Amino acid sequence: MRGVVRGLSSWEAVVVIALVVVVAVGALAIEGVASPRFWRFVSLEVIPIALIALPMTLVIITGEIDLSVASVLGLTCATMGQLWVWGVTSLPLLIAAALLLGALLGAVNGLFVTGFGLPSLAVTIGTLALYRGLAYVILGDRAVADYPPEWASAAIAPIPGLTIPWMIIVVAVLAAGFGVVLHATPIGRGLYAMGNNAEAARFTGISVRRTTFWLFVATGAMSALAGVFWTLRYASARADNGNGLELAVIAAVLLGGVSIFGGRGRLAGVLAAVLLLGTLRNALQLADVPANTLTIITGSLLIVSVVGPNVVVKLRARKDRSWQRGVPWRFSPR
Amino acid sequence: MTTTLARSASRRLRQESSRLFVIRELGIVAALTLLVVVTTIVNPRFLTSQGIKDLLLGSTILAILAVGQTVVVITRNVDLSAGSVLGLSAFATGSLFVAAPGLPIPVAVVAGVLLGAACGAVNGGLIAAVQVPSLVVTLGTLYVFRGIDYTWASGRQINAADMPGAFLSMGNTTPVMTMFAIVVLVAAGYYLRAFRSGRELYAIGSHPDAARLAGIPVGRRVLAAFVVSGALAGLAGVLYAARFGTLDANAGTGLELNVVAAVVVGGVAIFGGSGSVYGAAIGALLLTTIGSALPALGVSPFWQRASVGALILAAIGLDRALAVRLARTLRSGR
Amino acid sequence: MAARSALAILAALSLAIGGCASQEQPATQPSPGGSATSGTTIKEGLKIAFLPKQVNNPYFDTSDNKGGKPAVEEFKGAYSQTGPSEASPSAQVSYINTLSQQGTDVIVVSANDKDAICGALTEARQAGAKVVTYDSDTNPTCRDLFINQASAEGIAASQIKLISDAVGPDGGEIAILSATANATNQNAWIEMMKTELGKPEYAKLKLVTTVYGDDDDQKSFQEAQGLLASYPNLKGIISPTTVGVAAAARYLSGSEYKGKVQLTGLGTPNQMRAYVKDDTVKSFALWNPADLGYLAAYAGAALASGLITGKEGETFTAGKLGEYTVGKDGTVLLGDPFVFDKGNIDTFDF
Repeated sequence: MRGVVRGLSSWEAVVVIALVVVVAVGALAIEGVASPRFWRFVSLEVIPIALIALPMTLVIITGEIDLSVASVLGLTCATMGQLWVWGVTSLPLLIAAALLLGALLGAVNGLFVTGFGLPSLAVTIGTLALYRGLAYVILGDRAVADYPPEWASAAIAPIPGLTIPWMIIVVAVLAAGFGVVLHATPIGRGLYAMGNNAEAARFTGISVRRTTFWLFVATGAMSALAGVFWTLRYASARADNGNGLELAVIAAVLLGGVSIFGGRGRLAGVLAAVLLLGTLRNALQLADVPANTLTIITGSLLIVSVVGPNVVVKLRARKDRSWQRGVPWRFSPR
Repeated sequence: MTTTLARSASRRLRQESSRLFVIRELGIVAALTLLVVVTTIVNPRFLTSQGIKDLLLGSTILAILAVGQTVVVITRNVDLSAGSVLGLSAFATGSLFVAAPGLPIPVAVVAGVLLGAACGAVNGGLIAAVQVPSLVVTLGTLYVFRGIDYTWASGRQINAADMPGAFLSMGNTTPVMTMFAIVVLVAAGYYLRAFRSGRELYAIGSHPDAARLAGIPVGRRVLAAFVVSGALAGLAGVLYAARFGTLDANAGTGLELNVVAAVVVGGVAIFGGSGSVYGAAIGALLLTTIGSALPALGVSPFWQRASVGALILAAIGLDRALAVRLARTLRSGR
Repeated sequence: MAARSALAILAALSLAIGGCASQEQPATQPSPGGSATSGTTIKEGLKIAFLPKQVNNPYFDTSDNKGGKPAVEEFKGAYSQTGPSEASPSAQVSYINTLSQQGTDVIVVSANDKDAICGALTEARQAGAKVVTYDSDTNPTCRDLFINQASAEGIAASQIKLISDAVGPDGGEIAILSATANATNQNAWIEMMKTELGKPEYAKLKLVTTVYGDDDDQKSFQEAQGLLASYPNLKGIISPTTVGVAAAARYLSGSEYKGKVQLTGLGTPNQMRAYVKDDTVKSFALWNPADLGYLAAYAGAALASGLITGKEGETFTAGKLGEYTVGKDGTVLLGDPFVFDKGNIDTFDF
């Protein structure tokens, strides 16, 4: 047991191993998990979560949080719907408008946090309500659904020769981009520094305020991109689109090993966690596990994601200490 | 930081902050009054005896939840599971009456409170023992408690006919319901102000590490705060059952957002250390009043959520401005 | 590429709608055991899955587990009920995909959104499933049959008659407390009610507003409260949704308006019993949800067995409910709504 604990160099490794185990066990035990269609459905479901989880990882690493992402998604959908009703029929134009709006909504969050020095938790609880509310003001309970059917089929079209939707490539490219920024640039090191100690980060030469602001803008834009995908995939713009999705995103980011206090976590862990949650959910659904049980499992995983790393750290600390005690020639102050 | 100030400065801080605190609470009261006056002018039926009754009944449950949430938020924690605990307790109360039709009402109340306290103990235990962030743990138990509720109810519904008439009429009688809220409010207010352990909750929220060094049993206090929050959510669940009569597993879904909103609007700092249960209760009353004032004003109900969001942003902005002023006054006074 | 997949969908659709007879060869062979109760040639062992708007909803618990399940057992199929715990279209899509992968023969679904689940249903039909909607329809192109609980005309006529009888000959202002504003069925009924109100015998009834309780108990309760605050002369409320009418009844029963403001709507006997007995509500209507699920199961089985294809004019037998005919747009009508009052309510339990 101890050997196992020592072997796990990090929480990300735990998540990756869990993913492999779930896929392997699922493929053997549950009919359908090994089929290409299963992976098509899993991909379609995780795309919006992955898109938002990318910037959210960076935001949480800096010690901030954005709870308004699902509401940005909803407001984007509502706006696209209303623009369509008003006669904007060009898809590129609609997408551009959506991304611009998302960036703007993110900028409002960023302004409240960096300009007025307010806690992001409180600000984004406010904009969670505000943006979702505006989506309802725009669309009410209407659903705009008369988009050309080609749009929906284009959004979910597979990579030629495969069943996996082509949007996965977009997600992969964006993930690579965010990964490089986070792990291979001075900006990325600055983000970790901000999460560990904002004062110290200031000495590394990055502007904490400006970086935070642009992170919120990026989160807004990526949420809007998820909103575009949502609108096209379901061919339906409704004010309640993506309601509650922020919980799924944050659950994935935290399960992926990012500390809610900032300063710790890797993008690879988050992507593995997004896949793990999506695969587990769909596999259990296939195994006829009721939705009610899935709710309990989701919650428990979230708790494990914070309790797990802490326990691992504590176990390792105890092991290190016992090793020290076990070496007689080493001077112990006690 | 106050520990480094001279005694006179500390007294001035207390005077000044309590003055601003009064300004802050007067601000919400003024907003509430303005809303009621304008609505009554537009629609005189808003303030009939029936209208007042509806307002008081409507805000009782939210106010009790907000008091519990305040106790937790003061310690720099948050309890997102309140809505799920309410749902669980409400369904448990109904089931209890179904199982034992002649059950005395106080027994049902106590049972609901105990169930809530047990849920709170699970939250607080995890947070205090494993030292994990409350935001994540209670987000997890939000799912877990709701999932248990779903599984338990499994599509059943408990109707008014299943519960004793006296219990239901308790839930629809203003003095009784309001009395519950007032007793809870005054007891919590008095405890936080007059008891050493109550003051220690503020100390923990201001600076957890300093509180620990000062010899405050931080873990035990935080655990107690969550038990209180859970117990009050349990009580709110019983009252919910009495007021609404029809119960399924969805009772209280999404309520946590309103509770946190009421607390923030009521001037309780989201990062702990300041705020009062009275402010939170007025915040709950204000949110409930907005809910009934909009239809009475003939405003589309779709504006309700957006206005709540805007109100949260305004409230935290105001708090920040007051805090800046307080700091400036102190500096110039030294 | 997009055009090609759109073409594929179109091709599949036309196959599903038009060309089923030749594909369903095995269905025409009577199964050796025979299904004794119905005496039709419904295949044995059909996998029939019910996908309600959300699980944990008593209405769907009745329609699925107390209607659909016995029906499926009668023709010796495999019954299941699955679905999301929150009523959202995206969550429903995930379950449609799962059912399709499981090789379900018939998906019986109540749509959370008319269009949003269409893509997934189309994919499921391409994979061989038959789709029957009940309670709430999708776009007619996305399903094989819709089991309509009651015609809009029938519901509207019965609701207006009930409120008119309750309010009395002097008439007065009435209001509607609906579910969500984009619920297709609700809006169709409300339109028909307006037409019905145009008749001379209802000239003294005046519809003042329609409000939406979102099929949420607490919201409906507050909307009922708001109605009485906004319209002092209100004489009656119609709430054509089970959640809304129960919430409104509870509000009225505990307020000073009890007996002065009349209420009717579509409700379930168990939820309304207390309010009928305490005279808050004189009468209300509903179809039997268990019958709805029962009919949907038989319709789906008939489709999957190749007995019908969903064309107008085809007939099939639904066990104890007897023979039904497919109407316009692939719709099967359950029947007229049933009126519950103090005299008969105790004979029902659902």
